[in-house]
Amino acid sequence: MASFSIDQQPIEFEPGQTILQAAMAAGVYIPHLCFHPQFSAHGSCRVCMVRIDGRTASACTAPAAAGLEVENLSDDLQALRRDILQMLFVEGNHLCPSCEQSGACHLQSVAEFCELLMADLPFQYPRRMVDASHPDWVLDFTRCIHCELCVKASREVDGKSVFSLTGRGFDTRLVINAPDGLLVNSEFASTDRAASVCPVGVFLPKHQGFKTPIGQRKYDRHSIEQITEE
Amino acid sequence: MIKITIDPVSRVEGHGKITLQQNEQLEITQARFQIAEFRGFEKFIQGRPYWEAPVLVQRLCGICPVSHHLAAAKAMDQLVGVDQIPPTAEKIRRLMHFGQVLQSHALHFFHLSSPDLLFGYDDEVRHRNIVGVINDYPELARQGVLLRKYGQEVIRITSGKRVHGTGAIPGGVNKNLSVAERNSLQQDIDQIVDWAESSVELMKQIFLHQAEWQKNFATIDTHMLSLTGQGGALELYDGTLRACDRDGKVIFDQQSCDDYLDLINEHIESWSYMKFPFLKTLGVEQGWYRVGPLARINNCDFIRTPLAEQQRQIFKSQQSDGKPVQATLAYHWARLIELLYCAESIRELLDDGDLLGDELTAQGEMRLKGIGVIEAPRGTLFHHYEVDEQGLITRANLIVSTTHNNQAMNESIRRVAQDSLSGQELTEPLLNQLEVAIRAYDPCLSCATHALGQMPLQVDLLDAAGKLQSRKYKQAGN
Repeated sequence: MASFSIDQQPIEFEPGQTILQAAMAAGVYIPHLCFHPQFSAHGSCRVCMVRIDGRTASACTAPAAAGLEVENLSDDLQALRRDILQMLFVEGNHLCPSCEQSGACHLQSVAEFCELLMADLPFQYPRRMVDASHPDWVLDFTRCIHCELCVKASREVDGKSVFSLTGRGFDTRLVINAPDGLLVNSEFASTDRAASVCPVGVFLPKHQGFKTPIGQRKYDRHSIEQITEE
Repeated sequence: MIKITIDPVSRVEGHGKITLQQNEQLEITQARFQIAEFRGFEKFIQGRPYWEAPVLVQRLCGICPVSHHLAAAKAMDQLVGVDQIPPTAEKIRRLMHFGQVLQSHALHFFHLSSPDLLFGYDDEVRHRNIVGVINDYPELARQGVLLRKYGQEVIRITSGKRVHGTGAIPGGVNKNLSVAERNSLQQDIDQIVDWAESSVELMKQIFLHQAEWQKNFATIDTHMLSLTGQGGALELYDGTLRACDRDGKVIFDQQSCDDYLDLINEHIESWSYMKFPFLKTLGVEQGWYRVGPLARINNCDFIRTPLAEQQRQIFKSQQSDGKPVQATLAYHWARLIELLYCAESIRELLDDGDLLGDELTAQGEMRLKGIGVIEAPRGTLFHHYEVDEQGLITRANLIVSTTHNNQAMNESIRRVAQDSLSGQELTEPLLNQLEVAIRAYDPCLSCATHALGQMPLQVDLLDAAGKLQSRKYKQAGN
């Protein structure tokens, strides 16, 4: 089987796999946020940036090829990841101490892995709405990192088009395809894959917060690099 | 008229300023204790899902977060239509709260107040602190540290973290105790009860050794408010409201916490971020009162656990006429009786098999209003929330322990200044005494306004014309 290397470690791959897919199959962790193995990759968050033969590219879209030398956890790449993560934190309201997703949050866990301890950039404290119109779900848009996983899950798995990103740059935001923009009046159903794919704390089942005790939450039991299935 | 301002105050969390006003006869006519910061939890939780509240609002305080956590959780029980949570949940919560009060009282007494009581308020600042206690009374300091550590361990096991955990959720708790966790707490509990008993003895000796001074220092005659349990028992987690007047006569009793707005109102002064609660029937001028250990031990008819009850009777015998003990420094004595009560109660609870039970939550029909009242270490704590049909908080009213004692702290400060200020010059010993008075009530004023960080103190003395005559500062950590 053909192979390439990540941080000098040989990685075998199947034809058609990306660097991230091959790394995941080999149990090698490349930090990432907007990629999910169930959906098509689009390389938007840039957290999975690696250096391939001296050139930076997103590991979730770059095809694996024999003989590539890939740098993953070097100090400068980790520093770049911290910059990206920091921007995500300050552009939303990620108040981990009171967030029920804390301990099971992909963003929080990636930040811990990348050793992002505090933000130097000014917090933006965006004023976005909380949509509690649905009887069983609350959407807290202040935490959205625009990864589009719910958008893809709704389209690619649920066969609907409930979610979409609108606006550009700093004004980008998640919107709901409903006449009044409210979840309750969309095609959303609690059983949708879109409801369970959010890597942060936007999608919250109502009345259930903090039911999992500290110590038993997803990333209390295993750190993110030890979890291969998502 | 002369006005004195003290800024900052040490070994008290927050940033305090005291302004004293004198008249032409150099009598103190007014004392205003101000906390400079404002945090506004009631406002910024509006629009948040209700189930976040117990975890969010506990950030009001780093010393007694569990009390806020549980008061909010009790209010959330009502929101989810649960009047009685399962026995396992209630006992886990009670255990958590006994751990909270135990650790907070240990911190308050040993770390923050014992230097004043053991060395005297005129002792050198560099020596009058917990390090001084460790050097001069190593065994006592060790016991204090370990008592606090035990309380924090109870909190960690029941809520997941020593500070700011997540144990209580609407309708119950998110975990029970495992056999291993129960056994680990049982291992040291006899020692904890012994140390707690010794600490009451120590405080009793300190109080009686300087009885005259202790009885008069910062002392004011006030009404007292607290929860009481069944039959008038000392109660920290759940009960009904009782208020007694300066002579110990009942003003009201067995009042449901849900009716607190009929009993208490809050007065606002333009010079303070803290409000001034008062008993409605008596009005602003006459209706202010005290809460906390002194109020609870005075108000209750008995304590359920034998050792603490024995100590309560000795405490009460200080007042031969049966009236309440009004000495402000007796707050510390009452505090340690409660510490003993918590230790004994934890020992008793750990033998209860319900702690290991599996029924953790109950669920009912959603309601739109929830009121949770609890006895936090420093006094009665009210959490009142209202939500909309979608479960988002529309209104919150939090009356915290320190706020209840606001007027009383001002009066105690005035009493100290009146007794100890001579002339128009602020002195170091006076400043120390003012801090000792504040600390009897509270080492942590952050919840009331709600300040962050250590608390420096500034004292200003103003004359009859409002002109600054003297100013004294004390930096944080001194």
